[in-house]
Amino acid sequence: MASTGLSPEYHRRIPFYRNVKTLAILAQVVFILLVGLLFWYLYSNMVEGMRRSNIPSGFDFLDDTAGFPISEGIAYEPTDTYARAFVVGLVNTLRVSALGIVLATLLGIVIGIARLSSNWLLRTVASAYVQLIRNIPLIVLLIFIFVGVILKLPRVRDAVGIEGVLLLSNRGLAMAWPRSSDSYNLWVPWLVGSLVVGVVVYEARRRYLKRVDRPGASLPWALLAMFGVIVLGAVITTLISGRFPLVLDRPRPAGFNLVGGTALTGEFFALLMGLTLYTAAFIAEIVRGGILAVSKGQREAARALGLTPAQTMRLVIFPQALRVIIPPMTNQYLNLTKNSSLGIAIGYFDLFNVSKTIFNQSGRTVPVIVLVMASYLSISLLTSLIMNIYNRRMRVVER
Amino acid sequence: MRFKQAPVLVGMLVLALLLAACGGASPAAPTESPGQNTPQAQTGATQAPVAATGNTLQVVRDRGQLICGVNNQLPGFGSVDAQGNFNGFDIDFCKAIAAAVFGDATKVQYRPLSAQERFPAVQTREVDVLIRNTTWTVSRDTTVGLDFAPTTFYDGQGMMVRKADNISSLEDMDGASVCVQSGTTTELNLADSFRSRNLQLNAVVFETHDAAVAAYDEGRCDGFTTDKSGLVSTLVKLRNPADHVILDVTMSKEPLGPAVLQGDTQWKDIVTWVVFGLFNAEELGVTQANVESMLNSDDPNIRRLLGVEGELGQGLGLDNDFMVDVIKAVGNYGEIYDRNLGPNTPFNLPRGINAQWTDGGLIYGPPFR
Repeated sequence: MASTGLSPEYHRRIPFYRNVKTLAILAQVVFILLVGLLFWYLYSNMVEGMRRSNIPSGFDFLDDTAGFPISEGIAYEPTDTYARAFVVGLVNTLRVSALGIVLATLLGIVIGIARLSSNWLLRTVASAYVQLIRNIPLIVLLIFIFVGVILKLPRVRDAVGIEGVLLLSNRGLAMAWPRSSDSYNLWVPWLVGSLVVGVVVYEARRRYLKRVDRPGASLPWALLAMFGVIVLGAVITTLISGRFPLVLDRPRPAGFNLVGGTALTGEFFALLMGLTLYTAAFIAEIVRGGILAVSKGQREAARALGLTPAQTMRLVIFPQALRVIIPPMTNQYLNLTKNSSLGIAIGYFDLFNVSKTIFNQSGRTVPVIVLVMASYLSISLLTSLIMNIYNRRMRVVER
Repeated sequence: MRFKQAPVLVGMLVLALLLAACGGASPAAPTESPGQNTPQAQTGATQAPVAATGNTLQVVRDRGQLICGVNNQLPGFGSVDAQGNFNGFDIDFCKAIAAAVFGDATKVQYRPLSAQERFPAVQTREVDVLIRNTTWTVSRDTTVGLDFAPTTFYDGQGMMVRKADNISSLEDMDGASVCVQSGTTTELNLADSFRSRNLQLNAVVFETHDAAVAAYDEGRCDGFTTDKSGLVSTLVKLRNPADHVILDVTMSKEPLGPAVLQGDTQWKDIVTWVVFGLFNAEELGVTQANVESMLNSDDPNIRRLLGVEGELGQGLGLDNDFMVDVIKAVGNYGEIYDRNLGPNTPFNLPRGINAQWTDGGLIYGPPFR
């Protein structure tokens, strides 16, 4: 420890309050104490305030009957509990966020690459899109899409689209959807079998490619094999039982709405569209920055080797740009998820919307808000964890 | 590096546990003294000085303004005109309370609140009184922590539909989409009404009244539901009011009235007796126009109401003649009703059960004595 080379007397002469090491530790302890005190003060202030105003706390109310309707997402009845309502909201948030992330990424990459295009028109349109969308508050964009686009779609009686397949109205998009028929159970073994066949084909193909030491893809082969087994299964099932394992459930007008098939509500559409368009503008800028960060020599070398511009982008530039792109991309994904809480403005039953109704009906504002914060935090941490893992895998490429 | 954010999550969990812990403790407190009323038992247990919950009148006086939580989207009850002035039935009660406290009906700061914001606003004392077409229910009176003044308007939930849909009752609405504002008893009643009739419901829930109406007007929904008073004022705002009809069903009882934070009996008494005073003024025939001359009335009931006789105002912490200022500012209950909802307004809402008890209604003011 005493490796300074000075005499032991020297160390002994320094009182502890002038020893830099002691002081540093002391300062940190004091700092932690102060932060702790601050939080304790804030917390006790909240508890005291809640008690003074007779605001109840605790989570026992979650078992009470919710009583309010939610008509979006997984199965739910007004007779279910608050906890169930909360879960419905959570699933709805995850649904719109996950889909939004995928779509925003695809759109963002396309626009980001378009911004660097040598085609003047493409470049200008992409750049105008980014400038326009980035400078509008998301809530304004959402309300515009909902009131100005979705609600202006034809009414449900005059829904447009292909009769019985795809019908669009201001209540959303109704689609034909496959449902299982009587012979579905006979088909299930084939589905399981196809999975096994897929794995086997994938492994075999991968080993073969390794043995002959040639580049090539294994996944398409596996998918093709799976598809073959599934179709074969369907044909045989139909021959045995005389019924196709799936029936197409078509949307048809009944009473006030379209019934049958599956439907995406107008609110879901509006929110998904808003989040996708908005986030894509930011992702486009990140992609553009990432591509510009790849040195010019890489492109020139690739072109000199005779790769086409598309190949250059796909095989040389983009994989290297990914390293720059992924970390800020995580931010955008988190933003998109958190921004989905704006769905409340257009009547989408997301986590925040449902939670506000829960605390309004139950009077338990603070516990519900804590639950909401914990949920968003967990979603965000999970997203960044996944992105960090992906980021590390991408970095291995670096030499 | 892997779990940099883990401490935050741990912190949240700890906070959640702490909340759960103190939630477990508070229900236990009243059971120790089952004889007492819960609010008293709890204020006793907090060791907080009683003055902390009993000083709203002083706070309002020191501030020089009454902060009134209101609606700004419900014409007739609470809305903003082209000049930016608040007016409506509920707004007049805000003015009445300000007149009672300050002798000046303009000393009100209006705080427009959404249905979901209103209870936290009262709980956190952001507003002194909430007069925002709020239904009196047992859970709001207890767990939400409010105290309700007398009902100023007896309402009931109705349903508005398109004439073209040929709907005559709720039974015709199986599978219909209904636009509704979130965070209201309306939302719960709607679910109950459909459930009890075994009907399928597609509720489309919006945070604001205006958004729900806009969606209904665009045909997103087959029906729009809210209190009948709200339906009447909404109907005027639709693109083609003639295309819509209000069904002859009442899904609920909705007694609407002012609410204050539980625990301050003096402040609740003030709000209560300003409302009763307005009821009594109508019954006794005291109006905005004749209140000055009524000061010389021989009727002891009128003399006590106007503070010429007795010390009734002092008991509330107000001037004895507080009702004179109130009536001068807004008139009696009937005048408030007629000015905002009566025959000379676009709403032309009949008094119905909101008539004086002497006319077969439910408006009944206990005596001033």
